[in-house]
Amino acid sequence: MKSTLVQQNLSTEQNTTLKKKSRIMQNLRSLNKYKALYFISIPGILYFLIFKYLPLMGSVIAFKDYNIFAGIWDSTWVGLKHFEALFQNPDSIRVLKNTLLLSFYDILIFPAPLILALLLNELRLVLYKRFIQTIVYMPHFLSWVIISGLFIGILSPTTGIVNKLIEWLGQEPIYFMGSEDFIRPILVLTYLWQSVGWGTIIYLAALAGVNPELYEAAKVDGANRLQQILNVTLPAILPTFSILFLLHIGHFLDFGFERVYVFLNPLNQANGDILDTYIYEVGLRNAQYSFTTAVGLFKSVVGLVLLVIANFVSKKVSGNSLY
Amino acid sequence: MKNSTSIRSKIFDIGNICFLALLALTMLLPLLSVFAKSFSSSNAIAKGEVFFWPVEFTLINYEYVFHDASIWRSFLVSLVITVGGTFINLLATTSLAYPLSRPEYKGKKIILFMVLFTMIFSAPLIPSYLVVKNFGMVDTLWALIIPSMISAFNFFVMRSFFLNIPSTLIDAARIDGLGELGILFRIVLPLSKPVLATIGIFYGVSHWNSYQTALYYLNDPKLYPLQVKLRQMIVNDEMSVESNSVYSTIALNSPEGIQMATVVIATLPILLLYPFLQKHFVKGTMIGSIKE
Repeated sequence: MKSTLVQQNLSTEQNTTLKKKSRIMQNLRSLNKYKALYFISIPGILYFLIFKYLPLMGSVIAFKDYNIFAGIWDSTWVGLKHFEALFQNPDSIRVLKNTLLLSFYDILIFPAPLILALLLNELRLVLYKRFIQTIVYMPHFLSWVIISGLFIGILSPTTGIVNKLIEWLGQEPIYFMGSEDFIRPILVLTYLWQSVGWGTIIYLAALAGVNPELYEAAKVDGANRLQQILNVTLPAILPTFSILFLLHIGHFLDFGFERVYVFLNPLNQANGDILDTYIYEVGLRNAQYSFTTAVGLFKSVVGLVLLVIANFVSKKVSGNSLY
Repeated sequence: MKNSTSIRSKIFDIGNICFLALLALTMLLPLLSVFAKSFSSSNAIAKGEVFFWPVEFTLINYEYVFHDASIWRSFLVSLVITVGGTFINLLATTSLAYPLSRPEYKGKKIILFMVLFTMIFSAPLIPSYLVVKNFGMVDTLWALIIPSMISAFNFFVMRSFFLNIPSTLIDAARIDGLGELGILFRIVLPLSKPVLATIGIFYGVSHWNSYQTALYYLNDPKLYPLQVKLRQMIVNDEMSVESNSVYSTIALNSPEGIQMATVVIATLPILLLYPFLQKHFVKGTMIGSIKE
């Protein structure tokens, strides 16, 4: 009796080792069989490791005093010195303030594409709707350099149409690009101009999926158009809206170098500099590598933390989440 | 009662149509004014007479641009980066997205997470710059192509397209004796023309419009792509306004017409392809928004 039990035990043990072995063999065989698949994926994996993860490791220079001759690993550790400098240096505090303000304005205009999508959705003439869509999508395809050229032209104190209008009203022309008072509105409005049309695409796609019977039912219940929009259309695109909003929050401090840099000049820089342009000017042009790496790292960490928090809140409140 | 609501509804419709027409005008007029200025004499531009229609029609701005070798060279650089870069982008993105769309690929979860994470948390500029520099790519056109070889977003769009290809098709091809690469080239890629076109256009437009990477990695004016060249022309003009506080005088020799002619030339490829671009861009955005 006892011996058979032992034997049984032995045999199951042998069985599991055999199974393990055969699984390994199977894996190896599958690796061999599909080796072409693994092979062609190597360049892509290397790309991400070298150009995305190596710089991430290189970010340790934020905690060091980077010395070109010593290299990344042999430079001396300085702890959080550069992060402290970020909150003490009046220049970087100014830039931080600009960045926060502009991010805040960006959030204010965030619902604009949603509103535009609702208005487009109410158009009954399909041809007219297409026509408007084609035009409002277009700015998305223009580079920021070209957009800055357009707006610098429009706002020019001598030849711009805006100042012609101001003169016609009997006022003195204003040099919009040469004043720190106007740079923030310019940055926000040009972004609105460039992105509002394009932003409607996802909402319009969500709207196309709304069951027409819902509108019929609402009509039978006596809902007018505004009530239909509020009670049928809006709830249908709210999940899309909240997902997009979460993604936007994740990029809170990082809204693009180009769209800001192309409008900056020495006269308006004081209010227009953001973290990205500051990193470029101070880091790349003036070679303060460690300090600006700290600034960049700070930016990325804030983005990640905000994303996690926003996702948590949204999950609790509305049940929509990214992951 | 019924009448008043329908009247209100009509009023809303008319208001809506007018509002959207106005909005579309604000998008069109700046471009129209660029065209108008590019065909106008510098005299008329300086006097501020040109708005949406050429005044003192002339082709001299374009003649100047066509005779400026540096603008031509920039145009050529942009063309090379757009065509060559897009080809490399497509090759690299496909060869990563396809294997990761196949159930047979072991360990794809780790790699997918690795790609996704770069969308959420990006490395700071300086360490990225140092990597590019250590590869000896600074001041070469490779710096505009290799460090942005695969966009994570485009990767996911392409992968979700590959995931939708029925596996029975792939199994059938395998039974017919095709190898893994044969399946990719003879079955999968011919089926994927729409997504390849869309992603290719995503990459192409971003190469054509890219300014930032050239600013970071190029110091040699001979290598400047069109956007950098254009930016220089705009800034020089702006600065000349600034250095003389009495702007009306220097505006007389302002090269604004030439600038605008360059803007037109830089925008032309995009505008000519616009109907085609729009169609594919919209499609790509839709695929991208449908998360797995």
